[in-house]
Amino acid sequence: MSQAAEIGATGIGKMFGQFTALADITLTIARGEFLTLLGPSGSGKTTFLNVLSGFEPPTSGRLTLDGRYMTAMPPEVRGFGMVFQGYALFPHMSVEDNIAFPLKVQGRNAAEVKRRVAEMVEMVGLGGHGHKRPAGLSGGQQQRVALARALAYEPPVLLLDEPFSALDKNLRGQMQDEMRRIHRDTGTTFVFVTHDQEEALALSSRVAIFERGRLQQLAAPREVYERPANRFVAEFLGDINILPVSGGRIEGRAVETAAPNGDLAIRPEYMALSLTEPGQGNAIAATLQDLTYLGAETRLSLQTPGGVPLVLHQPTAALPAGLAPGAAVWASWAPERGFLL
Amino acid sequence: MTSRHILLLGPLLLLLGAAYLVPFLGVMQWSVTLPEPGLGQYRTALTDPLVLGVIWRTLRICALVTVLSVAAAYVMTLVWVRGGPVARLVVELCILIPFWISVLTRAFGWLALLSNKGLVNGWLQTLGIISEPLTLVRNEFGVVLGMVHFLVPFAVFPLASSMRAVDERVLMAARGMGASRARIFWQIFVPMTKSGILGAVLLVFVFALGFFVTPAILGGGRSVMVAELIYLRIFQSPDWGLGAAISVILMIAVGALLALMLRQTKGAAR
Repeated sequence: MSQAAEIGATGIGKMFGQFTALADITLTIARGEFLTLLGPSGSGKTTFLNVLSGFEPPTSGRLTLDGRYMTAMPPEVRGFGMVFQGYALFPHMSVEDNIAFPLKVQGRNAAEVKRRVAEMVEMVGLGGHGHKRPAGLSGGQQQRVALARALAYEPPVLLLDEPFSALDKNLRGQMQDEMRRIHRDTGTTFVFVTHDQEEALALSSRVAIFERGRLQQLAAPREVYERPANRFVAEFLGDINILPVSGGRIEGRAVETAAPNGDLAIRPEYMALSLTEPGQGNAIAATLQDLTYLGAETRLSLQTPGGVPLVLHQPTAALPAGLAPGAAVWASWAPERGFLL
Repeated sequence: MTSRHILLLGPLLLLLGAAYLVPFLGVMQWSVTLPEPGLGQYRTALTDPLVLGVIWRTLRICALVTVLSVAAAYVMTLVWVRGGPVARLVVELCILIPFWISVLTRAFGWLALLSNKGLVNGWLQTLGIISEPLTLVRNEFGVVLGMVHFLVPFAVFPLASSMRAVDERVLMAARGMGASRARIFWQIFVPMTKSGILGAVLLVFVFALGFFVTPAILGGGRSVMVAELIYLRIFQSPDWGLGAAISVILMIAVGALLALMLRQTKGAAR
């Protein structure tokens, strides 16, 4: 097993003409970590991946690989494994030949190539499909071939560009589980681009959130979700309720917060609904606007007298009977669940 | 297809029938009736050393011309599809301009360049590189050169469509794995454009088989090809039956190759 590598990026910028695709990206990707680059389309996450792979030279900044200078190193010298959107398999080669290609490039002997290919085919669960051409495989199977090909030569880093975007939802979940297992088994550094926030939270050890070419936050999934660094991150990752606080009060009602002024943010699942004023914790009166039944959960839309919209996710089983739009309700939360932006 | 469509196609079918089908049936009839009924002319065509020699030379020249044309076209197309804007424009002109110049003009152009008193021999002698003029035309060299020159643009189009279909990311994937440019070209790019190569090979070969003007002028009667032989049999000797039999053989060969080409393109489209 070759050593997983550490990548450093310092002040990386990328201009396309007058357009700033990346601005001042500084981060360290730890050895063996699973880092997700997350952001809306056009946020610069794919450009940053291309800078890491070497296909897109940065306009400014510096890259290091295990502390050594890497900025001007061409992709074929970096030797990172890559999984592309659309898989980019060699259409004229069988599954086995696809996986063997990088091994032959490295000049490994025939017996070793054969052994390693068999291992990889087994690892991605494609036993019995080794002689098929990519065109004869399903999307999920092609994805596995791409993964096996990229990992066959034990690259120090594996870069993945939205590898699951063409798969249906069930298959995605299945492939995410396998991806986690393969990451654990190989110990390679994974850098994964996605625009799917759930995927990012489910897979990564850390998430880097991009917006308009800037790195907004880099932290563990739980932290970016529960302690977002700014309003963009808070709103990008799932639903959030934002209540303006001034002088320690929200719409005139005293609340317990970390600071007396600012925008208080609370995730919908941490707010509770009641018909009467709760005795403790923070609370605010509101009118129920709408209910959306989602099975185990119900999504409630509320509005405060001051006109601030709120969203609550409540277990359907715990909802008061006969709740209908127009009802006067209270939304409450534990003070430690709110954070100021 | 409705009857109205057939009506619209009518004029074309009539023209094809009058201009090709009827004469071809006439030629077929000659081949089995002149000078006497029977398959005697086919026997002669397939046993006479002179005819066999011409057929063999035709196949040899066509094979050589095909290899050279497709190889040259492959390089040109590569520049056209993947090169910079200036290179693209140059290649585009190189493909287009020959289409505007008649095949006859081009053959005489080659004569002017390559004959014993032509420009090339003149320069070489002035520069003192050679003392006696080189024989560049009125032999197979001249025929092959003239034919390749004519056929390269035709090979470009099937090659271009197959090269445009190559997914850039596949090449990037190979490069990312550390493959050298040569390896990416020979092991990835060329196999991925195989359907275009096959299409170009068949197109050029079929075209080359029936070539008349270029070999007649640049071969100067010394390297006669099938089409010229047919012409000689029919117009310069009273041997219409043999000329007709060779025509039919050529027609069948071309038909078989076209059928193969059709199957290949269908295979590639899958």
